Amino acid sequence: MVQIVLTLALFVILVIPVGRYMYHIATDQRTFADAVFDPIDKLIYRVCGIKGEDMSWKKYALSLLMANGVMVFVGYMILRLQGLLFLNPNGIGAMEESLSFNTIISFMTNTNLQHYSGESGLSYVSQMCVIIFMMFTSAASGYAACMAFCRGLSGRKLGNFYKDMVRTTTRILIPGAFLVGLLLVSQGTPQTFAANVTVETIEGKYQDIAMGPVAALESIKHLGTNGGGFFGANSATPFENPTVISNITEMISMMLLPGACIVTFGLMLHERRKAKAALAETKKPLIGRQGAVVFGAMAIIFLIGLTVCFCAEKAGNPVISAMGINQDMGSMEGKEVRFGIAQSALFTTVTTSFTTGTVNNMHDTLTPLGGMIPMLHMMLNCVFGGKGVGLMNMVMYVILAVFICGLMVGRTPEYLNKKIEGKEMKLVAIVILIHPLLILGFSALAVSVQEGLAGITNPGFHGLSQVLYEYASSAANNGSGFEGLADNSLFWNMTTGLAMFFGRYIAIVAQLAIAGSMLQKKRVNESIGTLRTDNVTFMIVLVFIVYIFAALTFFPALALGPVAEHLSLWM
Amino acid sequence: MKNFGKMLRTAFAFCIVMMLVCSFLYPLALTGVSQAAMKDKANGSLIDKNGEPTTDVKEAVGSSLIGQDFSRDCFFRGRVSSVNYNTYTQEQKESGAYGGVSSGSFNYGNSNPDLEARIQEDLDAFLASHPGIKAEDVPADLLTASGSGLDPHISPQAARVQIAAVAEHSGLSEEQVETIVEENTEHRLFGVFGEERVNVLKCNLAVAEAMELL
Repeated sequence: MVQIVLTLALFVILVIPVGRYMYHIATDQRTFADAVFDPIDKLIYRVCGIKGEDMSWKKYALSLLMANGVMVFVGYMILRLQGLLFLNPNGIGAMEESLSFNTIISFMTNTNLQHYSGESGLSYVSQMCVIIFMMFTSAASGYAACMAFCRGLSGRKLGNFYKDMVRTTTRILIPGAFLVGLLLVSQGTPQTFAANVTVETIEGKYQDIAMGPVAALESIKHLGTNGGGFFGANSATPFENPTVISNITEMISMMLLPGACIVTFGLMLHERRKAKAALAETKKPLIGRQGAVVFGAMAIIFLIGLTVCFCAEKAGNPVISAMGINQDMGSMEGKEVRFGIAQSALFTTVTTSFTTGTVNNMHDTLTPLGGMIPMLHMMLNCVFGGKGVGLMNMVMYVILAVFICGLMVGRTPEYLNKKIEGKEMKLVAIVILIHPLLILGFSALAVSVQEGLAGITNPGFHGLSQVLYEYASSAANNGSGFEGLADNSLFWNMTTGLAMFFGRYIAIVAQLAIAGSMLQKKRVNESIGTLRTDNVTFMIVLVFIVYIFAALTFFPALALGPVAEHLSLWM
Repeated sequence: MKNFGKMLRTAFAFCIVMMLVCSFLYPLALTGVSQAAMKDKANGSLIDKNGEPTTDVKEAVGSSLIGQDFSRDCFFRGRVSSVNYNTYTQEQKESGAYGGVSSGSFNYGNSNPDLEARIQEDLDAFLASHPGIKAEDVPADLLTASGSGLDPHISPQAARVQIAAVAEHSGLSEEQVETIVEENTEHRLFGVFGEERVNVLKCNLAVAEAMELL
C-alpha cells in the first residue's frame, strides 16, 4: 500500500511544474529553453510553409484531419511494403490488408490496439517510421486539439494547428522521451539495431532473445499515452519493463502530461479572470480553482477504482485457493513476480484511466472485479484520460452537470460566464452518446454473428467480458486488451478499426465546434443565481453525474460480464 | 480549391519532416548515447556462464533479465510459461514444435476450467517430485503463468520449497543451496517498492558451478 501512495505522491509533486511549463508553451510565453528550440521550430516552419496564423475551429479541425489523413496514407504504404524496405534484419514480410488497416487506424488515433505481435509482425523500419512516428504525432494531435479547446473556453483565439504540433513535439515530447529512454536503458531496456540473439543454455538447449530499439519506443509509448508494445506481452516483458524503477517511470510518464493538461487549463482560466477583474495580484495559483475541481473529480473516481482493483486482486482466485495452494500474494496468474499485486493493480488502473493501454500484467487473467475496473474506466473515458482528450471529455460532463443542475433549479445554465444553449447541448450529447453506442452496438453485433463469436476464447461470462473490453478499449482509444481474444480476423480488424476511428474523430471535431461556439458567445456577468462551478459541491455533483451516466448506460452489460463471473466464482 | 491544395501540401511536408525527426533523429540519437554509455544494458544484459555481463553472443548463456526453461531435476524451476521461455532443442525447431520468438500468457480467465485443469496437473506433478511438500506450502506464483512468459523471477517462498529437491539431485548440501538462494535474492527498492524475488537463472548458474558442470 505504501508504495502506491508514494508513487501517486510523486505524480502530484511533478504534475504542477510540468503543467506550468506546458501552460507557457500553450500560451506562447517565454520559457527557459527558448534559445534552443526557437531556431529549430523556425526551420521546421520554413520547410513546411507554416505561417502560424490563427485558425477558425473549422480550419483547425480540417488541418488536423488532413495531417492525420496523410500520415495514415504514408504509414499504410510502409506496412504493406515493409518486406522490401531496409532495416529488416529479422526478415519480416508485408502485413496483410485488414491487419494493416487496423494497425494504422489504431496508431493514428492514439489507441495502439495491437492485433499483431511485435516480435514477428513488424520490421525495425515499421517500428520506427510507423509505430514510433505515430506515437509522437497522434499524441501531439490530441494535445493540440485540447489546447485549442482550452484556449476557446478561456476566451482566446484557437491558435494554429501546425504550430501547436511542432511546439508540442520539439519542446515536450522529444526531450521528454529522450530522458525517459535513457532512464529505461539504465534499467536494462535494450536499444540496438542488431538482430535477435540465440544463446546456448547451460542445459544444452537454445533460447531466442528478441532485441531491437525498444527503449526509444517504450519512452514515447508512455509519455504519449499510446500503449502499443514493442513485444507481444507489452510492458510485462522484462525487456520493456525490467525493474520496479522502470515500472514507476513508465507509470509517471503516462500520467504526467494528461495531468498537466488540467493544470494548464486551470491556469488559462485563472489568467482570464485576473485580466477581466484587473487584479493586481502577481502570484499565480498552483492550478486554479476551475482546474482543481476537474482534477479533484477525476482523482476521486481514480482512487475508488484503484481501491476496488487492488482489493479484488489481493483476494486471489477462489478456484486456486480451493486446490489448497497458498495465495497470500494474491492472484498471480498473468502477473510478474517483480511487480506483485500492488505495482500491477496500480499500473492497470493508471493505464486505463489515462487511456494509455500499455499493460504490465495480462488483463484477461485479472479477477472479475479487478478486470471490471479497467473496463469501467475506459467506458467513462474521462478519468484523466489520454493526452488532452480526457480533459475535453470531462468538460463535456461538466457542461452536462451544469445543464442538469440548471434544469433542477430552473435557471439558464452557464459555464465560464457563457450561456449553454441548444447547440452546445446537442454537440455534448453527440460526444457522450457516441461512446456507449460504439461499445455496446459493436459488442451486440459481435456476439450475434459467427465471425465475432469465433474470437472468444474463454467460456461463460468471461467471454462477454472479452468482447466488451475490446470495444471499450477501441472506442476509448486505449488499446489494451483481454488478449486471449483471437482478434486478428477480418471481422475484428474492421469493426475495432471503425470503433477507434469514430471514437476519436467524431468526438474531437464536436469538441472543437463547442469551443468555437463558446468563443463567439457574449460574456454574461456572474450573479447570485449563477451556479458556481469552482467549489467542492460542484466537484461532488460532477462525480455523481459521471457515475450515474455510466450506470444507466453500461451497468446491464457489466452485470452480464464481470459481475456475473464474480458471483459465479465466489457464491 | 487552391486553398485545399495548399493545405494538402503543408500536410505532406509536415509528415515528412516529422518522420525525419521522430523516426530517425530521435531513435538514432538515443541508440548512440545508450550504446556509448551503457553497452551491456543496451544490448540485452547478456551474461556468461560465470554470471558476468558479456556482449559476446557466443559466450552468453542467457540474459539476466529473461527467464529460461530448466528441465533437469538438479536445477530450480521458474514460473509456468505459455511460450516455454522461447527455449527449445534443435529437434523441436526442426519439427516445428517451436514456432519462433514470442511472449505472452495463456489468457485464461479466473473462471476458465482450463486454468483449473492446468494448475491441478502441475500441482500433482510438483508434489510427486518434491516429497514432503504439501499443497499449502506451494506459493501461487510457482504454478501460475507469468504475464510475459519470460519472468526471470520466483518468490523467495517458491525457491524455498524447491531447496530440498535441488540439494538431493545436485549432490550439494541444503545449506549450500540455501546460500545460493540468499545470494540471488533481490530485495525491495528502499525496502518499499516492488517485491522480494529470486533470479532463477542466476541461482542455477551458481548450482551448476558448485556441481562443476561448466
